[in-house]
Amino acid sequence: MNFLKNVISIWNKETRKFIVDEGVLVFFVLVPFLYPLLYMYLYSKEVVRDVPAVVVDENHSTLSRQFIRNVDASPDVKIVDHCSDMENAKLSIKTHKAYGVIQIPREFTDDLAAGRQTPINIYADMSGLLYYKALLSACTEVSLEMNKDIKAERLSGLSDWQKEVSVQPIEYEYVPMFNSQNGFSTFLLPGVLILVLQQTLVLGITMMAGTERERRRKKNLMLTDEYGSPIDVLTGKGLAYFVFYCFIAFYVLCIVPKLFDFNQLWHFFDLAMFIVPFLFASIFFAISISYFVRDRESCFLLFVFISVPLLFISGISWPGSNIPAFWKYFSYIFPSTFGINGYVRMTNAGALLQDVKTEYVAMWIQSGVYFILSLLLYIKLYRSKSTPESEVEIEPDLNVE
Amino acid sequence: MRAQKYRLLLLIRREMRRIASRPIYLMCMIGAPILCFIFFTTLMNEGLPENLPIAAVDADNTTTSRQILRNLDAFQQTEIVHQYSNFAEARTAMQQGLIYGFFYIPEGTTRAASRSEQPRISFYTNASYLIPASLIYRDMKMMAELASGAAGRTTLLARGYTSDQAMGFLQPIKIETHAISNPWINYSIYLSNTMLPAVLMLMIFLVTIFSVQTELKYDTGKQWISLADGKIWLALFGKLLPYTLIFLLIMFSCHLYLYGILGFPHNGSFWHIMLAGLLFVVASQNLALFLCGLIPSLRWALSLATLYGVLSFPICGFSFPVMAMPPAIQALSTIFPLRHYFLIYVDQVLNGWPLEYSATNYLVLLLFVLLPLTDMHRIKYTMLNYHYEP
Repeated sequence: MNFLKNVISIWNKETRKFIVDEGVLVFFVLVPFLYPLLYMYLYSKEVVRDVPAVVVDENHSTLSRQFIRNVDASPDVKIVDHCSDMENAKLSIKTHKAYGVIQIPREFTDDLAAGRQTPINIYADMSGLLYYKALLSACTEVSLEMNKDIKAERLSGLSDWQKEVSVQPIEYEYVPMFNSQNGFSTFLLPGVLILVLQQTLVLGITMMAGTERERRRKKNLMLTDEYGSPIDVLTGKGLAYFVFYCFIAFYVLCIVPKLFDFNQLWHFFDLAMFIVPFLFASIFFAISISYFVRDRESCFLLFVFISVPLLFISGISWPGSNIPAFWKYFSYIFPSTFGINGYVRMTNAGALLQDVKTEYVAMWIQSGVYFILSLLLYIKLYRSKSTPESEVEIEPDLNVE
Repeated sequence: MRAQKYRLLLLIRREMRRIASRPIYLMCMIGAPILCFIFFTTLMNEGLPENLPIAAVDADNTTTSRQILRNLDAFQQTEIVHQYSNFAEARTAMQQGLIYGFFYIPEGTTRAASRSEQPRISFYTNASYLIPASLIYRDMKMMAELASGAAGRTTLLARGYTSDQAMGFLQPIKIETHAISNPWINYSIYLSNTMLPAVLMLMIFLVTIFSVQTELKYDTGKQWISLADGKIWLALFGKLLPYTLIFLLIMFSCHLYLYGILGFPHNGSFWHIMLAGLLFVVASQNLALFLCGLIPSLRWALSLATLYGVLSFPICGFSFPVMAMPPAIQALSTIFPLRHYFLIYVDQVLNGWPLEYSATNYLVLLLFVLLPLTDMHRIKYTMLNYHYEP
């Protein structure tokens, strides 16, 4: 009973502490509120359209012109100029007027008339994978269509067996599931959203811990005089962050994607169940590492940069099946690894809680481990409270003169 | 003049002591970037992922269909890890993240093909994992292509066509791609070249602001300024020089590591990218100084620098091109040093074009270097008149 009373009072105090701390609110409110919107806006187009390209048409025939027209009409590529030779075409790439060159050789129609296979060459700017993809897929589509026409035209003079083989014996189709446009933001954003939750928790919590430690050094505040036993404090604080972040998580994971019409195939109950251990794991992970934070502002230096490796280690970009064993195990330290993988599959692929069981269980284990770890570190901190902190930062004596 | 030189030495010595007094400085200047260098290059050391797990649903189950799947398995980038008996099971496996895609051969495919009824086989990828999905797409498409063309080619060859004639008959127009020093043959080349300088830049932003504004926090600002005889340019120069040297060392080690040790493609002059690296480091430092002058609060300056630094990653356009972003963002991208470093990298390292095509980018980086001239007097004012606010 006493425990409960204590916990509730600490929960209360902690909440009141961070809702008046401007620095922490930047992480707990401003960043989760604005950053996802900014990101969404940046990638709002999903795919690259109308990649500017130039043409070097050495063939000058009706057919070559038709090819160019068809490519220009495709959504992926836009023909911005016709060049007399490759030198000029390269110049327009160098000056960034175009990102690709389509070259139709002189022998184009002659080859076709003779029944020989004839190439159309494309050159792509190196600066982006997506330019290359757009150019290649537009030209391939057009060439397939034209091949069909060419073969149909030839049919009249053919024998029956030739007709038979010229038609494809087996057709095929490709279905990109769970992200039907092959869109860039549909792929990246779920990961970013989860990471925003974890990283803002880490930054906010470590900032508060740093502030507390600075105050303790100055003897303004003795933690244990004010609070109960370590386990009361830890539970109370954890609850304070958790309850607050339930709202933040709802906004980030449910409202933000809705604003931008993203895939939302999750089932609310399953998603909510999944996010609970994610938040607990992130909170106690943050409290554990806050042990190493000595002052208020060092969290920026220590924890901002790891967001980038964390996104990659989760296996959302570089495939998880091909992450070297060492990094794979290393990634199990972070709640985001499991959070991202589970959320991506729930929101993009409509996975249920049972489909993300591994991640779900892993995050509960993390919650437990980090709870115990932070408890031990708290106890250690409390023991040291009677002796003045030995690791007091002493700014170097700078009086040189 | 001599006195100034002496003061500069004192300032440098003072700063080196500050750096040595707290592990956080060296951790962030050397530890963090090196950790990221190692992380990114070892994470993707395969270059291109191999044996990506996929599955097959072979409802046809004939010699032909089994042959198609065996061929697919032989591709280096895909590996059929499981055969499911129906579509629903394969779909669930994809939801569970066990496979990145699957190949579906409906019942009666072989029979229909032999009757010229044009049956349809299909393949599915989990496109929410964009990179593996596009890689397995390539293999699966080629496999489907082979499956459908194989029959026709066999007939043609049997009738006395040469292989060239057969291709001219089946696929009159062929698209050939030419990509010089193709960076996405190796995914690591494509990412690491931008990612590593980006992480370094982020650390430069944060460390620079931290080192300037903690003078206020620990009440050493007045002493710092007086050591420089009230000359803010001298104070800043002496303060930043040790950091510049360390960061340059890291930057050039990064170049050496990427182009020397890992042998990533480099088609231009090595001096050009080193010049870019030099300007990039100093530009990042000075941009951070500019923020210090603009915002006299440690926390707010760090917050803004964090936003600026983290936003640099998407906005420099190395993964999703800037031209496909909203016009406002396209304009905004020019005030990010990383954007210019990236463009220089593309033109000077990948394409190996003459220096003049990157002149604008070098120039803009130089402008960033000059930026603090506009507001550095405010840093002095802050140091002498402000108090730290948590």
